Amino acid sequence: MRIASTEKTTHPVLIFWIIAGWVGYALLPWYGVEEFWTFDWLSDGWPSEADYAPALGLVLQGLKPWLLPMLPALAAPLLVVTRRKTDPLYARVLIASGAFGFAWLVAQGLGIGLRGFTADWLAAIFGQLDDRQFGMGYGAMITASAFLFLLTQGLAARGLVKGDVFVASAIGGVIAVVTIFVFFPIAKMLMAGFVSDEGGLSVGHFLNRFFDARIWGLGCLTGGTRCGVAWNSLFLAVLVGIITTALGLAFALVLTRSGFRYKRVLRAMTVLPIITPPFVIGLAIILLFGLSGTVTTTVAGVLGIEATRWVYGLPGILIAQVLAFTPIAFLVLIGVVEGVSPSMEEAAQTLRASRWQTFRTVSLPLMRPGLANAFLLGFIESMADFGNPLVLGGNYDVLSTEIFFAIVGAQYDQSRAAILAIVLLFFTLAAFYLQRFWLGRKSYTTVTGKGDAGVHPPMPRGLAIPVYLIVGGWTAFTAVVYGMILYGSVVELWGVRNNLTFKHYITAFRVSWGENGIRWTGSAWDSFWTTIMISTIAAPLTAAVGLITAYLLTRQDFAGKRSFEFGTMLSFAIPGTVIGVAYILAFNVPPIEITGTGLILVISFIFRNMPVGVRAGIASMSQLDKSLDESSLTLGANSWQTFRRVILPLLRPAILAALVYSFVRAMTAISAVIFLVSARYDMATSYIIGRVENNDYGLAIAYSTALIFVMLAAVGLLQLLVGRTRIGRRTAHSTTTGH
Amino acid sequence: MNGTRLTASALALATGLTATAAAADGRLSFYCSAQEEWCQIMARSFEEATGINVDMTRKSSGETFAQIQAEASNPKGDIWWGGTGDPHLQAAEEDLTEPYVSPMRDQLHDWAIKQAESAGDKTIGIYSGALGFGYNSDMLAKAGLPAPACWEDLAKPEYKGMVQMANPNSSGTAYTTLATMVQMMGEDGGFDFMKRLHGNINQYTKSGSAPIKAAGQGETLIGIVFMHDSVAQTVAGFPVVTVAPCEGTGYEIGSMSIIKGARNMDNAKKFYDWALSVEAQNLALQVNAFQVMSNKGAEVSDKAPDLSGLKLIDYDFKKYGSSDERKRLLAKWDTDVSTLPQ
Repeated sequence: MRIASTEKTTHPVLIFWIIAGWVGYALLPWYGVEEFWTFDWLSDGWPSEADYAPALGLVLQGLKPWLLPMLPALAAPLLVVTRRKTDPLYARVLIASGAFGFAWLVAQGLGIGLRGFTADWLAAIFGQLDDRQFGMGYGAMITASAFLFLLTQGLAARGLVKGDVFVASAIGGVIAVVTIFVFFPIAKMLMAGFVSDEGGLSVGHFLNRFFDARIWGLGCLTGGTRCGVAWNSLFLAVLVGIITTALGLAFALVLTRSGFRYKRVLRAMTVLPIITPPFVIGLAIILLFGLSGTVTTTVAGVLGIEATRWVYGLPGILIAQVLAFTPIAFLVLIGVVEGVSPSMEEAAQTLRASRWQTFRTVSLPLMRPGLANAFLLGFIESMADFGNPLVLGGNYDVLSTEIFFAIVGAQYDQSRAAILAIVLLFFTLAAFYLQRFWLGRKSYTTVTGKGDAGVHPPMPRGLAIPVYLIVGGWTAFTAVVYGMILYGSVVELWGVRNNLTFKHYITAFRVSWGENGIRWTGSAWDSFWTTIMISTIAAPLTAAVGLITAYLLTRQDFAGKRSFEFGTMLSFAIPGTVIGVAYILAFNVPPIEITGTGLILVISFIFRNMPVGVRAGIASMSQLDKSLDESSLTLGANSWQTFRRVILPLLRPAILAALVYSFVRAMTAISAVIFLVSARYDMATSYIIGRVENNDYGLAIAYSTALIFVMLAAVGLLQLLVGRTRIGRRTAHSTTTGH
Repeated sequence: MNGTRLTASALALATGLTATAAAADGRLSFYCSAQEEWCQIMARSFEEATGINVDMTRKSSGETFAQIQAEASNPKGDIWWGGTGDPHLQAAEEDLTEPYVSPMRDQLHDWAIKQAESAGDKTIGIYSGALGFGYNSDMLAKAGLPAPACWEDLAKPEYKGMVQMANPNSSGTAYTTLATMVQMMGEDGGFDFMKRLHGNINQYTKSGSAPIKAAGQGETLIGIVFMHDSVAQTVAGFPVVTVAPCEGTGYEIGSMSIIKGARNMDNAKKFYDWALSVEAQNLALQVNAFQVMSNKGAEVSDKAPDLSGLKLIDYDFKKYGSSDERKRLLAKWDTDVSTLPQ
C-alpha cells in the first residue's frame, strides 16, 4: 500500500498548495485591507487600485517591482505536478521554488517598510527608494504559507523524516509560526537590554547592569535589609512549584485511588481557582488575612496580641499563588496518575509487595514525568505571575512586577526591563533543563495497546490519612475564599457597608428591550462579548498547535529537536508584560502590522498558552507505547491517520487540559493583554482592573463572579464535547456492579 | 496535512478580526490616562458634540507613554488626554507629540499655560491636583492617636509602621512627593526627611493611589497620595479623612498632548479645543474627579479639597520633570533611603 501511494502521479496536497499560492498572489489583496470581511474592496477599484490590488495586479501596472521575483517561484511547481515523487526533479523543483519564494517574501517584507528601505546599507547598495509598503494582508499570508508547504513537500520527497509529508509540513509550519510569533518579538525586545544610555549597543553596559546588587544582592542573609529580586523570585517559585505539585498529586490520588464519594465536587473545587480573574483572590485574601482582615483580627483578639501586616510579602504571595496554580499541577497529574497501568501495580502486589511498597517503587516512579512537568509549570507560572505580587507583595519585590514597572513606571527603563527579563528567562530555562536531567532517558510507557485490564489499587493507609487531611483542609480553605468572593459581589461596599444588593450585577449586565430587540446597556457587555469571542477562537487553535508540537517532540526524530522544544517553551517562560511590549515593538510596523486588532490578542494567547498543551501532550504521550503507532503504520495508515485515529483519541485528557486551560487563560490573563487591548477590542480583565483602580470593588467582583460561572459552564461543555478516554479498564465501580 | 490546513484556515478566520480604524474622516483615536468613567464621559460627550466617532483606550500615563514610544514610527493614537504631566513633558522632550496653540488658551489658569510654554506648546495643563495624605479615621480612633496635620508629623515615632507611600521608582505620585520635599526643604533637608519617614513606612506600593485604597480598607493608617484621590475614597464611602499638610505642598498638572503624526490631526485639534472648554471640564464633577480644572470658568465641587488655604510651592516642572534630574534623585533615594533598616 505504501509503495503504491508513492508511485501515484496525482498529488492532491501539492495541487492544493499551488492553487493557494496563485490565489494569494493573483486574486487576493496583497496588503492589509481594513475591514476585509465587508468585501467593500471588491467594488472599490479591485484589482487595479493600489491599496486593494493583488500582487500580480501591482506588478502588471509596474508598481512594487520587488514582488515580481515570486512569480517564477509560483510557476515552477506547475511543471512537476505530473511527475512521480521518486523523480529527483520533483523534489528539487519544489525545494528550490519553495525556499526561494519564502525567503524572498520575508526579505522584501523586512527590507522595505513604511519609509522605503529599512536599513542604511540597503539604501547604500540600491540607492534611495521612493516607494514604501504597508503591512502584509491575506494575499501575502496565503502565498507565504503556500511557499512554506511547497518547500516541506519537496523536502519530504527528498526523504526527510522518512518521506512523511504530514510530519515534514507540521514541523515546517510550527517552526515558522514559533519563529515569527515567539523568537522575532522576543529578540527585538531583548536587544533593548544592550542599548546603552547613549543609544548605541554595548556589552559592557549590559554586564554592568546585569550584575546589579538590586538583582543579585544577598543582604537578607547577612542581616541587611533585603535580598535581590532574583533570589526573591527564585525562592518563591521553588516553594510554589513544590507545594502545588504535592497538592496536585494529593488531589489526583484521591480522585483515582480512593473510594471517596464526592469526586465531582472535589474536581470542581480544584478547577475553581484556575477560572478566577486576577486580583480577586488577592482581594479576598486581604479581607481574610490583612491587617483588618477577619482571620487576623479574630486570632489577634483571641491571643491578645496586636494584629500585624504579616500577610504582605512572601506569605501572601505564596498563599495566593498556591491557590491559583494547584489546579494546573492537578490537571497535568490527573492524566498521568490515571495513565499508570494497573497491571504493573497488580503485578507488584502479586509478587507480595505491600501496598506501600507498590506505591513507592512502582506507581510513584511511573508518575515522574507528571511530577516533573507539574513542578515546572508551577515554577514558571510563579515566576511570571504578576497580579498576586502586585496586590500582596508588600516589600517583597519579584522579577515580574519589577519588569512591569521598569516599563510603565516613572523610570521608563526598557533596558532594565530587558535585563530583568533575561534573568527570569535564565531561571526558567535552568528549571527546564534540570527537569529533563531528572527524567533522564528512562521509559515511562505503560499504555501499550496489549491487554491492559485492571483496577488501580487504593492508596496505602499511611499515605491515605495525610492525603485526606491535606485535601480536606485545602478544599475547605478554597471554599471559604470563594464564599468571600461571592459575598463580596452582593454587598454594597465590601468591608464597609455590608448590606446586600444586586446593584453591581445590574450596572454591569443590564439588558433592556428597545425598538430593535435586545439592547445590551450594561457597562460590561462590550468587553464581555469581545472576551468570549477571542477566547473561543484562541482555545482550539492553542490546543491544536500544542498537541501537534507535542506529537513531533515525542514521536519524531529530526535535527534541531532540542532547540525546537526550547523555542516552544520560550513564550511561556517570559512574563506576559514583556511579551506585551515585545509584541507592540514587533507588530506595529510592516511586514506584520496587527496592533490594535483582535488578531494580535488571539495570537498572543495561542503562543502564551501553547506550552501547556505541549507539556500536557508530552506527559500523556510518553505513556503511550510506540508499538501502537508502529502497528497502525504497518497496517497501512499514514502518520496523519495514525495521529488522528490512534494517538488523538488516547490523548483526550491532554486535549481537554489544553482546551480548558487555553480558553480559561484567554479569559483571565492580564499581563500581556493590558498592552494589547484597544478601544475596539477591550478584554474583561483589563476592564476589571480599571474598576479596581477606581475603587469599584463591588462591580469588579460581580463581573469576576459572572465570568467564573460562564467559565464553569464552558468547562463543563468542553468536557462533554471531548469526552473521557476509555483506556479499556474496569473501574472499581463497574466491577462491583457487574457491568 | 489536514491539520496544518485546518490551522491555516482557522488563522485566516481569526484575521477577520483585523478590522482596524477605518476611513480617516469622522474618527478619533483617543488615548486616555484618567479614570475609566471620566474617559468614558469625555469620549461620549465629544461624540455627541461633534458627531466624530471616538475609539477610546484607557491606560495609566506610564503605560500610554510606553505605547506611544513603541508606536512612534507608525502612530495609532491621535490624542493623549489625562494623566500626570511628567510623561507628557517627557514625550515632548522625545519629540513624540505635536506643538499646537489652541484659541481657547486665554480662558486658562496661568499654571496651565506655563506648562505649555515649558514644553514648546507640545502639551497643556487640563487639571491640577495637590499632594497630601489621608488617614483612616476609624483606625485612628481605635488606636487613640492624634490626627496628623503636617508632613513632619508623619515622621513621628507614634506612627511607626503605619504610613504607606508608593515607590518613587515606579510611581509618578511618589516621585512628585520626593521632588516636593527636595524643593521645600532643600536637597539635604528633603532627603533627611525621607530617611526619617522611611522608618515609619510599612510598605512602598507599586502604584501611586494604592496607599489610600489600603487606608480605606483598613490595611494602613495613613497613605501619602494626591488629595483628590483621597477625597474620592471618602466619597466612595470609606472612613478616610483628607489632610492638606500645614507646611505647604507640591502638585501635579494633568496634561493633554496631540500625538505626532496623528492620522486624524484635524479631529485631534477639535478635541483639544473642546477639552479646554468650560462645558467639557465641568464633566469632571459628574464622575467624582475632584481635581482643579484648568479653565477659569469651570465649576468647583463642594466636596473638592479646598486649595485656597493651601500653601502651594512653586514647583519647577521643567527641572524636576527632566530625565537627568529624575534619574539622579531616584538613584540617590535608592542608595541613601531605601537601603536603610526600618
